[in-house]
Amino acid sequence: MNKENAVTVKNVYKNYGDVEALRDMSLNFPKGELTSLLGPSGCGKTTLLKIIAGLLPATSGEVIVNGEIVKDPGPDRAFVFQDFALLPWASVIRNVAFGLELRGVAKSERESIAQKYIGDVGLKGFENSFPHELSGGMRQRVGLARALSVDAQVLLMDEPFSAVDEQTRRKFQEDLLNLVKDQNKTFIFVTHSIEEAVYVSDQIALLLPRPSRVSEIIRPTSFKNKDVDSIRRDSEYLDIVDRIWKSLRSYVE
Amino acid sequence: MMGRSLYLKIISAVVVFGSWEIGGRSGVSFAFPPFSESMVAFWVLVADGTMFKAYAETLKPLVVGIIISGILGIILGIWIGLSEKFDWLISPIFIVMQSAPLAALIPLLIMAYGIGLTSKVFVVCIMAMPVIVLNTSAAVKNTPTNIKEMAKAYQAKYSDIIIKVILPASSPIIFAGLRLGVSAGFIGAILSELKITPTGVGDIISFSRSIADYPSMYAAIFSIILLAVLFLNILERTEKILFKGSNQGYVSD
Ligand SMILES: Nc1ncnc2c1ncn2[C@@H]1O[C@H](COP(=O)(O)OP(=O)(O)OP(=O)(O)O)[C@@H](O)[C@H]1O
Ligand SMILES: [Mg+2]
Repeated sequence: MNKENAVTVKNVYKNYGDVEALRDMSLNFPKGELTSLLGPSGCGKTTLLKIIAGLLPATSGEVIVNGEIVKDPGPDRAFVFQDFALLPWASVIRNVAFGLELRGVAKSERESIAQKYIGDVGLKGFENSFPHELSGGMRQRVGLARALSVDAQVLLMDEPFSAVDEQTRRKFQEDLLNLVKDQNKTFIFVTHSIEEAVYVSDQIALLLPRPSRVSEIIRPTSFKNKDVDSIRRDSEYLDIVDRIWKSLRSYVE
Repeated sequence: MMGRSLYLKIISAVVVFGSWEIGGRSGVSFAFPPFSESMVAFWVLVADGTMFKAYAETLKPLVVGIIISGILGIILGIWIGLSEKFDWLISPIFIVMQSAPLAALIPLLIMAYGIGLTSKVFVVCIMAMPVIVLNTSAAVKNTPTNIKEMAKAYQAKYSDIIIKVILPASSPIIFAGLRLGVSAGFIGAILSELKITPTGVGDIISFSRSIADYPSMYAAIFSIILLAVLFLNILERTEKILFKGSNQGYVSD
């Protein structure tokens, strides 16, 4: 399969002072697909996402998004932050609409867009609450709704479902699969859950511990078109989960 | 909540004035009249118009000085908070100003600006500005990086980051600095009237002391406290209206 790449990471190195986070990282993210980054804590997943977002400069190497070298953040990319990064003084609806507010979208328009995504993430009725009045999982969903509402071509999601309960998480995984199918968007998805990665991904990149590189790329194929309930019992699905588990376990030992 | 805080304020007033009364009556010193006598003197001064004439004088340097310190102090503070170079250049001046013995500077001010309003405004500014500048710059510097980064990821302009992120995040501490600055400005205004030329309330204080009319002296001091409390309350209201929601508590994660 030779698809066009929405995002290309080419020989990226990133050092934080003496700490070498990424070493010669190269990875392609095909357009319209969901790629998961799976790797041990502290290996540099957030760092890679921030470099793609244009929030952090790479020490060397380059990132290309839709044919252009990334220097700054752009409207083609939206970020879901691992620590949510909500404005504590702003209501849920203002937080969700904040990306649009910064783009100068009129208040009534951006609030009606925000309203839709607030409903999608299951926060209807909390529009006027403040972040400190919400649970961790609810705050995370505010951050998710904010990223969805700017309608960017590339979504950079840093453990977007880590704080929600298992039922909501499964619902979100299904929503995500539908989103990938329906819209020609590219998703870069960080997770610590092997099952989640295998379930939602077109491509899974296993990362090595710091200094991080790609150790292996896995592309699940056969179960992609099955209906949601049978995926989790599919033999390829189970094989891949097992294979990833073995490979990740080797770093821990 | 409101009722409770009012209740506490009344209790603390009763305690302070009650012990003043007891202290005065027990005859600690001839120069320390009880609260009730001072109040009588206070009404006499209000009734014959002396107090109003005095404040017409005192308020001039006070209001001008506080407005200058407030506006200039916040602007400088923001600038210092944003620019490391400017911080390095300007901060030490205010740190020295805050700890310098003001009384020693007054003769210099008189030499430079005479004994008129300008010198008095200067004294108010010297008292009020450092704490405003230092608080503002500290608040700006301590704005959480994650929300600044979030704003950048959604293509905030530099001015948006300042207006929509840094200012609301810093406003509680900026206002705390403003309150301290205003209190210090009151001290500065009275000090200037005692040390430069006796006008206004400072004149009542020094004149009544010179004729040993201590109740009037304490009445004048009491009036300053009263006005300061009033002023601070107005400031607090303004803050609540201007930055509704900034005191909505901080999300810890
Ligand atoms: N601003 C920074 N300054 C210095 N070192 C940093 C900085 N940010 C990250 N690091 C280091 O870089 C490495 C990678 O961090 P990163 O946040 O990218 O990890 P991660 O893969 O996202 O981890 P996790 O799964 O725990 O979120 C870590 O060892 C971390 O200590
Ligand atoms: Mg991370």
